[in-house]
Amino acid sequence: MKKTGKSTFFIVVAFIALFAVTSVFGIDKLYGDNRTTYVKGVDDIRLGIDVKGGVDVTFGPAGEYDADEGQLDSATEVIKTRLSSLGITDNEVYSDTKSDRIIVRFPWKVGETNFDPESAVKELGEMAELTFRKGTDTTTDAEGNEVPSGEIVLTGDDIASAKSQYLPTEDGKDLEYVVSLELKSDGENSGKEKFAAATAELSGSETPISIWMDNTLISAPRVNATITDGKAQISGSFDADSSKKLADQINSGALPFKMETKSFRTISPTMGEGSLDAILLAALIAFIGIAVYMIFLYRLPGVVAVLALCGQVAGSIAAITGWFGFMNGSTLTIPGIAGIILAVGMGVDANIITGERIKEELRTGKSLDAAIKIAYKRAFSAILDGNITNVIIAVILMGAFGVPDSFFSKILNKTIFFAFGATAEGVVYSFGFTLLAGVICNFIFGVFASRLMVTSLSKFKCFKNRKLYGGDTK
Amino acid sequence: MSKKETQKEVVLTPKKVYDFCSKKKLILGVVIAVLVVFIAGAVIRGIHLAIEFKGGTLITYTYQGEINTNDVASAVKDIVGSSVVVRTGESLDSGGKQLTISFTSDEGLTVDRQTELTTALREKFAANSLEIFDSNDVSPTSGREFLLKCLIAVIFAAIVVIIYIAIRFKNIGGWSAGVCSIFALCLDLLVAFTTTVVCGFNIDSNIVAVFLTILGYSINNTIVIYDRIRENRKLMPKASLNELINVSCTQSLTRSIRTSITTIGTMLVVTIVVMVTGYDSLLSFSVPLMMGLISGTFSSLFVAPVTWSWWMNKRAAKEKSSK
Repeated sequence: MKKTGKSTFFIVVAFIALFAVTSVFGIDKLYGDNRTTYVKGVDDIRLGIDVKGGVDVTFGPAGEYDADEGQLDSATEVIKTRLSSLGITDNEVYSDTKSDRIIVRFPWKVGETNFDPESAVKELGEMAELTFRKGTDTTTDAEGNEVPSGEIVLTGDDIASAKSQYLPTEDGKDLEYVVSLELKSDGENSGKEKFAAATAELSGSETPISIWMDNTLISAPRVNATITDGKAQISGSFDADSSKKLADQINSGALPFKMETKSFRTISPTMGEGSLDAILLAALIAFIGIAVYMIFLYRLPGVVAVLALCGQVAGSIAAITGWFGFMNGSTLTIPGIAGIILAVGMGVDANIITGERIKEELRTGKSLDAAIKIAYKRAFSAILDGNITNVIIAVILMGAFGVPDSFFSKILNKTIFFAFGATAEGVVYSFGFTLLAGVICNFIFGVFASRLMVTSLSKFKCFKNRKLYGGDTK
Repeated sequence: MSKKETQKEVVLTPKKVYDFCSKKKLILGVVIAVLVVFIAGAVIRGIHLAIEFKGGTLITYTYQGEINTNDVASAVKDIVGSSVVVRTGESLDSGGKQLTISFTSDEGLTVDRQTELTTALREKFAANSLEIFDSNDVSPTSGREFLLKCLIAVIFAAIVVIIYIAIRFKNIGGWSAGVCSIFALCLDLLVAFTTTVVCGFNIDSNIVAVFLTILGYSINNTIVIYDRIRENRKLMPKASLNELINVSCTQSLTRSIRTSITTIGTMLVVTIVVMVTGYDSLLSFSVPLMMGLISGTFSSLFVAPVTWSWWMNKRAAKEKSSK
């Protein structure tokens, strides 16, 4: 192992301080009125509807349309899926079968600039029905709108999955964004078969296959060959965002009927206005209490534990704001706060286990250096097993209740949860997310950083006194 | 110092080793007593599901001026009987302030009852000129399927945890240890659940968070003690299982108590702050969690190791008699 010198302590403390400051305050630049955010701080956290409130939107079928229960249920499912592909995992979706209303509530922070509730609402309620048709003929309907009239080859229901890709164009000179489709291949009248039949018929002819989102023509490619592998591509003038958006919409399915917004309002938090302040106050009191308690019990290792805990709390905040580039931020809800509490509790536990161990090893008469070294080594197996079991729990929960696209969800939904739809439940996901982030921070700060700090401090002459570590004087 | 020397060392058993294993009957008695009291309390109080699990009614009124949501909630509660959540807001399309009342109801709200409610509220809050804006009877948002999925997720997690413990604690008979840790966990979950019911809190999505937190905490607590047993097994190869458990539990006692003081203390602080500031809705989170943590401390120190010793001794006796 590399040598831990006197300077290590200061390096670790500086690292924790830097990390804490950037994750709490964020890094941004002000150019006049434009704020460019490089690293998101606490102010950028999206808080859950239970602690901060949000918007409440009531959708209903457009016009006099009377939806049946099954249609309303599937519309509710589609909306839930769309909410999670928009990154809004924390939501409440109610449906009223009597009056055909779907009530959607999701968090929204006033003043949040990169989130526009109006467009989110529009996206949720948009019908956006995808059709593949023969030819590009249109007619004018009763309301004077131009609607496609070509014979339908495929609809959104025939598509198994869609994804956004960045591929070379036909002539191979350039790259473009496309939406790649995988057609359903179950049975005789599946999307794959229908598409093969249509492409066989139109292959080489002048008639293109046109692709429509509602009444908008996206593209109308000529058919050059019969396509039998059940794969199709939509190209048009997509950019990264619009191709992803279309793929998400196709994946979440089309709404069974056209919906419109019946009412749209803000709503105060479930827990009551100001509940967040109460939680923060409690957290502050508890943290100070723990700090005093740890320093009182373990003296020098106690001080180190408090420093490590600061790092850990900062780590949890960083995970929620999306400080780490590879991890998307999440919405902070009451269960999310529970996840942080659990992880911080385990961090405290890790420090207590080690602190107790240092005392014990000192009592057996070991030298200070040896005692610290052995204590950390021995304590680690308990901390490791305890934390790994929590990683297991967090990963399973995130997989079971996460966005259907995520890696763990894909594995779990096809195996143990095959009987259930791939639903995203923000409350549970939020818990798993903060717990996982917290446990990882626990290894970094509670174990690694605190060992470095204690070992480094014990090199100072003034900290050689065994009493500072809870040992007897020798 | 060479590595070999650090491995060879004196085992320092605590001066006073508490005899955990012989208190089998006492522990069993406490467990049964707690369960009986809590379950009886739960049966008497009855389970109240929140609107997200049961469905109910959402009514929106427009209002003028300032209104106290707690007063509205208690006024509505007097009429409908079940607990009520009142939230305020502002319309973004038509403008004006709105009040949304949600409560669970068994068979929706009849027109008569709704009129009764509206009349009562208008009388009581005459200054606010309440007007009914919208009324919906809603189905549960996350119904049976959500709870079932939660259950399967938790069971699956428990199985994976048992397998993990079985592998990591192979040298002390991991399978039985894993099963005992899950048994202790079930006890903690039951305590948290019945606390929620006895206190008259609705079963809402907060309970899911409470359960999951206890799941993680309780298993972590038990593992710390198992870890000590695993380590002591190497240091004192000749000790009987009961001696081993007693020594390990005694050694872990300080740590268990100290960790519990911090976690339970945190929840106590949350509970007190919430009560002082008046955000009672958070109590349905902090109180059951606190009770579950207390149970978790007890069960990891006593229930898990003692059931496990009972199991192992029974198995040893069986092997002996079959010989």
